Amino acid sequence: MAASIAIHLEFGGGAELLFNGVKKHHVTLPSQSEPWDMKQLLVWIQRNLLKERPELFVQGDSVRPGILVLINDADWELMGELDYQLQDQDNVVFISTLHGG
Amino acid sequence: MAALLLFVSVSKKCVKCKEAPAALVIRAGDAYCRLCFKDFFIHKFKAVLGKNRIIFPGEKVLLAVSGGPSSCSMLRQVQEGLSQKANKKLRFVPGVAFIDEGAAIGQSVEERQRTVAELQAVFQATGFPFYILPLEQVLDLPASVVATNPSPSEQPASAYKAAVHHFVETDGSNFPRPQEPKKTLLPRVQESHTLMLQQLLGSVKTLTAREELLNTLRQHLLVHTARTEGYSKLMLGDSCTRLAVKLLTSISLGRGAQLAQDTGFSDSRYGDIILVRPMRDYSAKEVAYYNHLFTVPYVVIPSVDTKTVDKASIQRLTESFVTKLQTDFPSTVSTIYRLQLHTCFMHISALNISCVLQVSSDSLAVKPSTFFEASTADSSLWVLIAELSVLHLYYRLPETTRLKSLLCYSCALTVRDMVSDDVFDPFMHEL
Repeated sequence: MAASIAIHLEFGGGAELLFNGVKKHHVTLPSQSEPWDMKQLLVWIQRNLLKERPELFVQGDSVRPGILVLINDADWELMGELDYQLQDQDNVVFISTLHGG
Repeated sequence: MAALLLFVSVSKKCVKCKEAPAALVIRAGDAYCRLCFKDFFIHKFKAVLGKNRIIFPGEKVLLAVSGGPSSCSMLRQVQEGLSQKANKKLRFVPGVAFIDEGAAIGQSVEERQRTVAELQAVFQATGFPFYILPLEQVLDLPASVVATNPSPSEQPASAYKAAVHHFVETDGSNFPRPQEPKKTLLPRVQESHTLMLQQLLGSVKTLTAREELLNTLRQHLLVHTARTEGYSKLMLGDSCTRLAVKLLTSISLGRGAQLAQDTGFSDSRYGDIILVRPMRDYSAKEVAYYNHLFTVPYVVIPSVDTKTVDKASIQRLTESFVTKLQTDFPSTVSTIYRLQLHTCFMHISALNISCVLQVSSDSLAVKPSTFFEASTADSSLWVLIAELSVLHLYYRLPETTRLKSLLCYSCALTVRDMVSDDVFDPFMHEL
């Protein structure tokens, strides 16, 4: 039984427009039998935080192409992407890299 | 399985220093640690300018900053490059130009002022002179903005080295000092101008054409500002990713002949003002990561295609296509980039593209004034185009005039989108 964990979320590069313009969110993920992973976090975000246009943030199981994901300031590609298991106080950042110039 | 993945990633070291843990995957397989990434990022900027040797010491360079991540990152690199005491210090005199496009997306005056105030704070912190340009100003531009002005005499390659040597010897004291940033009041915009601009943009039926028109208007305003304020170079912040999308989009829009200049490192079609793209070797991902790590301020400003679906415009569709491919094939953007380099060598500039809306590689063959009833060469090009779309001015064109001859293929498509279907027109249907 995994305890509930606190996660610091940040949205940037325009992604925040889908979350009422709010960039930083401090959330608590409820405790559950298995540890939380990124895949489940995305589902949770879609259900609880995303205000509009889910297709602009998620695509299938993962984030939409063009959105950079950082876990504790490191590229999530180096952390296992969707399979990374979240720890308490982890910092997850989603930055949209689409049409920014 | 997950445990195995964790093991693999934790042990991944930076490919450069091989000591610190890797923080960002740049190209396929290349992962850098934070410090090596920072060095790599900063070095690339100076290297691309140094390699091309196009910006001379003491030269006035106007930085076009849209508020977006790439151009703000470019601004930060210029700041960094100018401030170092090192040998490789940048040596030009920068100014900043920002175009307030609030009218194009229907923002209220208050919203526009808020955005401008945010950016003004960023610009003031740099200490560079800056110009806030409402897009409405493009309506007042003379038609001559699209003319190719004579460029300063061709400098031989050796001139660059000599200029640098001279600069270092005299400690830069003979060159123009960075100007004192003048107290810029937010320019007042007449409501009639805003309405006219909105009418102009609104008369364009498709988002594709509207985006292209906006690009054209933007570029004209920037070049005009550079000319009037005495800048000889204009720096644009397009990243590699953005230019790859632009390249494919251009082909779809019939701008293949102008590819090399539209997406290359430098664009000399205006003659006296040379457009330079120092960010073209940076992917959007690298820019986003650097900005996040080193808190580079930028302002997210919605544009005409924000939150639109993939199929809303050719530009959006191409962007979606490229970014999706890039996820699975990390060499996509760099392959498109190399394609661009090849087109440079294909002598495409030999095709004389003369167009009233775009500057031609040849001197402007056709003066817009001879084709419109308004005969003064000084009349605003954009007012005429606005009239064309809104008042159907083309009816007054002499019969022998072929509108087709005034515009390049791509711009003809844009203008065709501005005319409503229900008006029969012997001139427009030939486009």
